[in-house]
Parts: sequence; C-alpha cells; structure tokens
Amino acid sequence: MTDYKPANPVLEVQDLRFYYGDSRAIHGVDITFPEKQVTALIGPSGCGKSTLLRCFNRMNDLIDISRVEGKVLLDGQNIYDKSTDIIELRRQVGMVFQKSNPFPKSIYENVIYGLRIAGEKDKALFDERVETSLRGAALWDEVKDRLHDSALGLSGGQMQRLCIARAIAVNPKVILMDEPCSALDPKSTARVEELIGELRKNFTIIIVTHNMQQAARVSDNTAFLFEGNLIEYGPTDQLFVKPQNKQTEDYITGRFG
Amino acid sequence: MKNRNEALDSYWRIGEPMVWISATALALTLLSAATLLIVIMVNGLGVFWPSDIEKVHLKDRPPVFGQLIRTEENAEKTGLRRQYKIANRDLYGLDFRWIDESQIDETQRPADLIVLERVEHGDFYGRLKTMTGPHTETSAVDLAGLNSALEKTTVELDQLSELEDKLSDASYRLEQLRLKQLKLDYDNAPVDTAAQSQLQRDKAELDREFGALITLQTRRLAEVRKAKAIFVDAAGQEKEISLVDIFQAYAPNTMSTGDKVVFYLHKLAELFIGEPRESNTEGGLFPAIFGTVMLIFVMSLFSFPLGVIAAIYLREYAKEGVVVRIVRIAVNNLAGIPSIVYGIFGLGFFVYGIGHGIDMLFFPERTPTPTFGTGGLLWASLTLALLTVPVVIVSTEEALGAIPREMREGSYALGATKFQTLYRVLLPMTSPGIMTGLILAMARAAGEVAPLMITGVVKLAPALPIDGNFPFLHLDRKFMHLGFHIYDIGFQSPNVEAAKPMVFVTTLLLVLIVLLMSSVAIGLRNRMKKRYTFGTF
Repeated sequence: MTDYKPANPVLEVQDLRFYYGDSRAIHGVDITFPEKQVTALIGPSGCGKSTLLRCFNRMNDLIDISRVEGKVLLDGQNIYDKSTDIIELRRQVGMVFQKSNPFPKSIYENVIYGLRIAGEKDKALFDERVETSLRGAALWDEVKDRLHDSALGLSGGQMQRLCIARAIAVNPKVILMDEPCSALDPKSTARVEELIGELRKNFTIIIVTHNMQQAARVSDNTAFLFEGNLIEYGPTDQLFVKPQNKQTEDYITGRFG
Repeated sequence: MKNRNEALDSYWRIGEPMVWISATALALTLLSAATLLIVIMVNGLGVFWPSDIEKVHLKDRPPVFGQLIRTEENAEKTGLRRQYKIANRDLYGLDFRWIDESQIDETQRPADLIVLERVEHGDFYGRLKTMTGPHTETSAVDLAGLNSALEKTTVELDQLSELEDKLSDASYRLEQLRLKQLKLDYDNAPVDTAAQSQLQRDKAELDREFGALITLQTRRLAEVRKAKAIFVDAAGQEKEISLVDIFQAYAPNTMSTGDKVVFYLHKLAELFIGEPRESNTEGGLFPAIFGTVMLIFVMSLFSFPLGVIAAIYLREYAKEGVVVRIVRIAVNNLAGIPSIVYGIFGLGFFVYGIGHGIDMLFFPERTPTPTFGTGGLLWASLTLALLTVPVVIVSTEEALGAIPREMREGSYALGATKFQTLYRVLLPMTSPGIMTGLILAMARAAGEVAPLMITGVVKLAPALPIDGNFPFLHLDRKFMHLGFHIYDIGFQSPNVEAAKPMVFVTTLLLVLIVLLMSSVAIGLRNRMKKRYTFGTF
C-alpha cells in the first residue's frame, strides 16, 4: 500500500535515492506528507528513516560524501533545485533532534535565535515570539520567571521542549522530529507526546521513532521503512490494525527489529 | 596455596600497584615543585628583614661589625665557622667574611650601631661620630639627629628632582629639534627658509634654557652635598659620607619586632614601586615588573587573535586532507623549537627586516641610528607571540573539535550560516578552551628569557615604555624584564654574593606575577565554563 496519497500534500518525495559515497542508503522512496498531520516513520535501526528525514531540510548536505537523486517538493518546489536557498528552506522546515541541544545562552536567546540570525531586531516581536513559542511548547509556565537564565540549567525534558519552542519560533511549515523522546524519561515523554498532539493543529510534523506505541499514539499516518525501502504507508489505525505487508506485520508484532 | 594465588591474582586484577605508582608519581611532582617554591621563598622573603648587627671581638685581630648570615662546619672539620655580612665595601673591598668560631672572643649588640643604605657601595655599618654642613648644626649627634638632617636633605633633593624633570623635558625637546633638523637637512630644504631659521632660533633658545638649568642644578647639588657625616667602623677607621648619598639610616639593635615588621613591609613596598640601584643589586624592581607585564600583555594582544583565527580556519574551513594534516603537524612541532631560534628569527626578521624597513621608509634622515631597526618591546612581543601561537592554535582547535555535532546541526537547522554558527554558538562554547591556551601561552612567555636577550631586553632601561611624551606608548623602546634580571644580577653582576638575595626576590616576584596573571585568566575561564558549557570540558 505504498501508493497511499493523502489529501493536502505539503511535502512530496519522488523517487528519492540517497548515497553515502558509493553505497546507496535509500533506494527510491515515493511518499507524500499531508498538511497539519503527524506522520511517523518507523522501522528497525539502520533502515534509513533518519537519513530520509534529514533529506527534507537538506541536513545531509553537511556530509561531504553524500549525494541525493530524485525530488523533494515543498509546496510544489523541488528543494534540491540549484536555485533553492538552503537558509530559507531550513527556516520553513524546522528540526528537533534526538539529543536536546539548547545553545549556551539564556532561554530567551535560545528561542529567538532563529529570528536573530535572520536579521530581526524588533524587541517587541522578540518578547511576543518568546511567549507564544514557549506557550506553544508548554514550557511558559515553568520558565516565565527565569527567561534570562542559562538554558543549560533546565531539566532534560524541559530542554527538549525548549528546542521545540526554538523550532516553532520561526513559524516553519514542517517540523522534523528525529526520535525526540529517546533520551527522556516516561513522564517527560508523555508531555512531549501531548505537545505533539497540540502542535499538529498548526504544523505539519514528521516524526522518526523507534517506539511503535508512540507512533500509534501520536501519528495520523505511519510509514514503515526497511533497508532503505518504503515498505508500507497508510493511516496509522489501518497500518497497525491491518498491515498489508508481511514485513510490516512481522515488525509491528515484534517478530524482528 | 590456592588461596594465596587467588589473592595475588585479584591484587593484580584490581590494579593495586597502578594506584601506588600513580600516587607516587604525583607525590614526587608535587614535592619537587613545593621544594623549589619553598627554597625560593625562604631565601627571598628573608632578604629585607633587618637583623641585628653584632660587634664581634676577635682574638688577635681588630673587632668587626657584622650581620650573622649562617653557621656551618669549617673546612678542616674541627669546629664551626660563621659567615658575617660586614658591608662597608668601599673600606674592605668585600661584603662578606667567614670567621672561625675559635677566633671569636665574644659578641655584643651595641645600641648605637647604625646601618646606612647608601646610593653607592652598598650598606655601611658603623657608629656616627660627627655631622657638618647645612641642616646638621641644630641636630644632635645620634640616629634621630641624623634622620632629621636626612629628611631636610631629602626635601631639597625633591626640589632638585623637579629641576631634573625640567632638564629631561628640555633634553627631550632638544632631541626632537635635532630630529627635525635632520629631517630638514635630509629633505634638502634650502638653508634660508623660514622653517630653518625658526628651528635655529628655537634651538638657540632651548640651548640657553638648558644651559641655565644645568648651571642651576650643579650649583644646588654642590650646596646640598655639603651636608656630611663622619662614621667610624669597628676598628676605628673613619669614613666621611655625604648625606645625599645616604638612602636610609636605621639602628636594628634598638628596633622592636613590631618596628622590624613595619620596616620590612616598607622595604617590600619599595621593591614593587622603586627604581633599581647599584647595578640592579639593590632598590626596587618596578621597571622590570612593568616591562614583564607589558611584554606579556602586548604578546597576548598578538598571539591570541592570530592563534584563534588560524585555528578556526584550520578546523572549520580548510578541507581535511594531506595539506591540513601536514600543517597541523608543523604547528604542533613549532612548539618544540628552542626558543633561542625564535629569538634569532625575531632579530633577523622583525628587527633587521621589518624594523629596518620602517626606518628606511619613515625615518631615513636618522640613519644609521636605528629607531625601529633595533631591539624593542614591540619586536620582543612579536617574537614571543610567534613562540606561543602554536599553543593557542592547538587548544582552540581541540576545543572546537570537542563541541558535540548536535550543536552545529541545531544552529544550521534554524537557518544559520556557517559563520553565524561559528560566532554565535561555537566561539562562546570554545572560549574556556581558548582561555586555557592563553594561560599556557602567557605562562610560557613569562618564563622566556633567551629570545628576549637579542630582541630588546636591557639590564637598565633609561625610560619606561609608557610616559608623558607623545605618543605615550613607546613600543620601540628597550625594556627590562624580571627573567633577564635574574640572569643579569645572578651571573653578570660584579658582586655576586651581594646580589644573591636579590636573585631570590626577583625569582619569587616572577613566580608571583605568573601566578597572579594565570589566576585572573583561570577565574575568567571558570566563569565562561559556567556560562557556556554543560561542564564537560
């Protein structure tokens, strides 16, 4: 069921192949991500789900020996066109990492980092964005009295939510999440999952996860990848209840992976 | 038997011997460092303590006044001998004397013994006999009288020093005029131009002023010098000393411990702010302290930005490959080149190359007298910067390499460019590492002497690198340095025994300065660490 085409596509991937030097890591993936929904990418370790995710904001450009073939269309525009402004692209496609990575600055400065580097200087806008973003990331109440303290003093879960606030402060279309909860304790994980449920009202979210319960809980659609191929893609309730493919079934029932 | 084997087995497995070996290594290192410091401190801190003066009665020779330095076994191993500082170098030729204890009848500590610190010939130990000349008529012939007369002479000397300031100012202006004249001559300006004649007039005026000042100074000085005192030593030999030549007079035998502490602190203060006397073996170390700090400061100003920027290119922009690897190895090896080689390079490249070039370009009229084409603070600082830049590069590179990848990615993912990432995220995070490099660099620079000896250090600098004459900061000037001072007074002094205490004091001071500067830098680093890292550096 890889020909599943959800309505209102934001991000369309067409025959994407990714190479590390001479070895191919992704063997031609076609997938469409619908607007304002959560899509989970699942699969065993090394199946290429993180690599695929990093193709959507061209994070893989940082790897010298990497090469991409195929197309990734954001609002119909191929982000691998020569004319693409990578800086602008990354502003539209935000990212939250597996390991929380707040900058060694104050909480306030962390949130407005994206605005500052874009050349914004308006103090009132900063104040407003800090509040909306931190509220959006369900962190406002915890940190509103110490916005100018170092972000490095926060707990692990708070740091990860700060990274989410930082990502949404620049108003991206799409937020990529690369196993955002894998380093968090169950309570913090629950909070972040709850937050993802809130965020889907305004943003398109693509989340890579190892945790199938998490995928089932937070996502609208799920894609199963295996050894660099998209095996199955569909609405989450269908894919988990009635997988079409034997490999998918084996994976979600825990027979391998 | 089996049990013993097992015990031995676990002994080796747990690594008990390793614990002992590493602990011993650490203890040895600490012990040697502590011993060094203690030796310096014991010898250095005692220098200014005003010990009592003994009158030593000898069996078959005239008595002497002396300060007991130490007692040890004599050469024949038949008894003890004592070393006394007997001072009065102009009378005896030697400051120190060994006396066998078997020769000593008895020792006394008469209250009327006076120690004079003199401008020339070192200390004098003796009794005051009479005083003659101005300011002495009303004074009693004792220490208090001497001191009140001394005070009055000092007041007059202070007035004279105002004259001296005027003189040096005039001579500075004369020098400027001479340089101007040289420049005019060099430019082939016709002799009858207005500038030339104005110059001539100025010069004549200044010459007159200078001459008048000199005459006045000579007359006043002769007047002041008339105040004299006659002292006698233990054997009854008389010595006439002009009050101007006496720096300070005190009677240690009558001083209480409290007095001595105050005296000691005074001497310490003088050490920090005073000018050196007696070919550097007495007096203060201010010019040397100032020169050392200034040198390290100017050196940091060059080596810090240069090293950091070079390291950024090497780590962030250069494409990793054979060339970069060779450059890295070369940089690491630069730190191993003997410092004298850097000195020679500094002399050849900075002094003779760039300095001479500047002279030819801007001051051609002054040749062959060099302005920048001779050793000076600037060239010495640049040489040291070259010497320490590898340290800064290596530590900066390591700090950059230690930043987790997520930090860069996090910044890029928000749309930052490489440059923005570098100066907004990476540089603040590397700052503690960079500071570590700078601390090491400063410590190394403070201890270097060899390269300085050929790039601008002198045993006695006529003027500080900073003064009131335009442009206030004279980086072309030669300077004094504590490290060179140690070498100079310890090994080049005509009177090594008398200079020995000063060597220890100077060493102690150099160690203290390095300690102080590193402490400041370490404090800064710790603050940065708290702000910019997770505590994983």
